[in-house]
Amino acid sequence: MDGLKKILADMEVDTRLLGMIGALLVIWIGFDLFTDGRFITPRNLFNLSVQTASVAVMACGMVLIIVTRHIDLSVGSVLGVVAMVMGVVQSDLLPEILGYEHPATWIVSLLIGIGVGAAIGCLQGVTVGFLGVPAFIVTLGGYLVWRGAAWWVTQGRTVAPLDSTFQLMGGGIDGTIGATWSWVFAAIAILAILGGTAYGRARRKSFDFPVKPLWAEIVTAGILSALVIAYVATMNAYPIPARAALRIAEEQGLPVPEGGLDIAHGVPIPILIVAAVAIAMTILATRTRFGRYVFAMGGNPEAASLAGINVKRMTAAIFVVMGILCAISAAIASARLQSAANDLGTLDELRVIAAAVIGGCSLAGGVGTIYGALLGALVMQSLQSGMALIGIDTSLQSIIIGIVLVLAVWIDHLYRRRHGAH
Amino acid sequence: MNAPTPLVEMRNMSISFGGVKAVDDVSIDLYPGEVVGLLGHNGAGKSTLIKMLSGAYPPDSGEIFINGEKAAIADPHDAKEYNIETIYQTLALADNLDAAANLFLGREIRTPLGFLDDSAMEAATREVMHRLNPNFKKFHAPVKALSGGQRQSVAIARAIHFNAKILIMDEPTAALGVQETAQVAELVQQLKSEGIGIFLISHDLHDVFDLSDRLTVLKNGKLVGTVATQDVTHDDVLGMIILGKMPGDSADAA
Repeated sequence: MDGLKKILADMEVDTRLLGMIGALLVIWIGFDLFTDGRFITPRNLFNLSVQTASVAVMACGMVLIIVTRHIDLSVGSVLGVVAMVMGVVQSDLLPEILGYEHPATWIVSLLIGIGVGAAIGCLQGVTVGFLGVPAFIVTLGGYLVWRGAAWWVTQGRTVAPLDSTFQLMGGGIDGTIGATWSWVFAAIAILAILGGTAYGRARRKSFDFPVKPLWAEIVTAGILSALVIAYVATMNAYPIPARAALRIAEEQGLPVPEGGLDIAHGVPIPILIVAAVAIAMTILATRTRFGRYVFAMGGNPEAASLAGINVKRMTAAIFVVMGILCAISAAIASARLQSAANDLGTLDELRVIAAAVIGGCSLAGGVGTIYGALLGALVMQSLQSGMALIGIDTSLQSIIIGIVLVLAVWIDHLYRRRHGAH
Repeated sequence: MNAPTPLVEMRNMSISFGGVKAVDDVSIDLYPGEVVGLLGHNGAGKSTLIKMLSGAYPPDSGEIFINGEKAAIADPHDAKEYNIETIYQTLALADNLDAAANLFLGREIRTPLGFLDDSAMEAATREVMHRLNPNFKKFHAPVKALSGGQRQSVAIARAIHFNAKILIMDEPTAALGVQETAQVAELVQQLKSEGIGIFLISHDLHDVFDLSDRLTVLKNGKLVGTVATQDVTHDDVLGMIILGKMPGDSADAA
C-alpha cells in the first residue's frame, strides 16, 4: 500500500481524480453487468459522449463561476433562448438573404448566437459585479427571463428544419469525422500530450527545479495516449447503419462492395468541440492572468482587490465566458435534435452545476478544475443513460441522481477534511 | 538625519464612511531610511490612513506628495507605480494559491505569447525566499498549508521583491512567535539601512519603541501629534494614545 502511495506521489497524480475515475469505472461496469453487456459497447459509448457534450461545454464555464464564489442558475434558459435565436436566424432570416442552405449559414448563425450569449452573460455579469446583486438572485431572475424570452422568439413555435451544415455540430450520422480523420485526430492529440510533457520537463530543468522521475512522466503520458487511442478505436468500431452508409457511398461516388458497406462513425463533431473548449478553458484557467485572477478572487477576494485586480470587471468577464459557452452548447443541443424548441436546455442548470461540483468545485470558492468538471459531466450522464438503458422510470432516475449528488459532495468533503485542504 | 524632501508627505487627509469621519484632517510625513510608528487604539484611524496611501481607499480630501511631487493614487496599482508596498495585517494572501502566485499576484511575469511564466516566477520566488527564510521549501503548496511565520515571509517577500521604496507594515508581528518577531525586527533594520522608508503600525508599544525613529499617534481619527522616539517615555506615549494629550500638555487637552 505504501509502495503504491509512493508511486502515485512520484507521478504527482491527484488522488481525487483517481477516485472519480474509479467511480466512473464502477458505474460503467455495473451498468454493463445489469444490461447484459449493452452498456460498454461502441454504440452506447458513442451516444453517451454525444449526450454529454452540451453539459460538458457549459460545465467548463461553471467552474470559473463557482471558483469565484458565484453561481449561475440561468445557463439552461440561456441555452434555450440562444438556440431559438440561432434557429430563427438560420431557418427564417438567412435563407431570405443568402438563400436556402448557403454554406455560410451555419457560421453566421453560430456567431450571432455567440454574440447573444456573450451579451446576456455581460448583462448578468455587470449586474453581479458592478451593481452588487448576488449572482444567485441575478441568475434566478435570468432563469425565468431567458426561458420566457425563448418562447417569445417564435411565440412558442418549434423551429425546424435547421441548416444541414449546422446540424453536423450535433453529431448525427453525418456529424462525425470518419475513421481516417479520427486516427489523424488521435495522432495530433498524442503528439500534443508528448510535446507538452517534454516541454514542461525541459522548462523546469532549465531553471534547475526538481522534476518528476522520468518513468512517471512516461507512464502518465502513456496512460493519456492510451485513453485517446481507446476512445478513437471505440468510435471507429461503431458502424454507420447500412442504409445510411449506402446513401453516403452514393453521394461520394464510392463503389459498394459485395456484402454491404462498413463505414465507421469515427469521432463525433460535438466531441471535437468539447475537446477544443476544454483545452481552451484549461489554458485560460491555468496559464493566463485571467485564470490566475479567477482563482485569487475565489481564494481571497479582498487580497485580489488589494493586489490591484479589478474584481468587478473580472466578474463581468467571467459571466461573458459563461454566456459564450452556453451559446456553443445551444448549437450542439439544437443541432443534435435537428430543431430549436423553446424548452431546450430545461434543467440543464442543475446538471451543469452538479457536474462541476461532482468534479471537485468547492462552493466555498477557490477550488475547481476543468478536467474534473468534464469527468463530473460524464459521471452524471453515465448514470442517467445507464438507468434509462435498464428501464428505470424517470421519477426514480431523478431520485437516484439527487442522492448521488449529495453523497458525492459529502465524500468529497470528508476527503478534503482528511487531507487538510478546506 | 532628515533629508530636505520627505519621501512621503500626506497633507490634510480626510475620509468618512457612512457619515463617520474615520480620518479627519491628518498630516504625516516619512523620510528615507526612517521608521515612523503609527499608534492608536482600534478604530483610531491608523489602518484607514495608511490604506489611502496604498490605494485601497480613495480619500475624500487631502493631498499626497511622493519625493515632493504631488501623487495621484486612486487604486493599488497606482501605489505600486510609486514603489509603495504594503504588508497587510491580514497578509492579503490568496490561501488557495502557492507562494509564487501570491508573490506575483497582479504583476505576473508572462511569456512573449502572453501566458503565465510560472517557472520564471518560481525562480524569482525561490531567490527572494532564500534571502528571507532559507528553510522555506514548500514552493508548490497552497499558502494555507504554511505556518504563520512562513505566510508572513511570503507577504514580506512580495514587498521586497518589487523594490519597495516606501513600505507599510500593518501589525507585522501580530501573528508571530518570539523568534519570528526578532526576524522581522532584523529585517526592518536592514531595510532602513537600504534607505527605505517604513510606516509601522502596531499595538505593541515595545516593538514600536525599539524600531521607530518617530511616533505618530492618532485618536478618534484625529492627529494627536508626532514625536521623536528618543524624546519620550512609554508613559508619555500612553498618555497620547489614551488621553490624546501631547507630552507636557495639561491633562485636559483632549
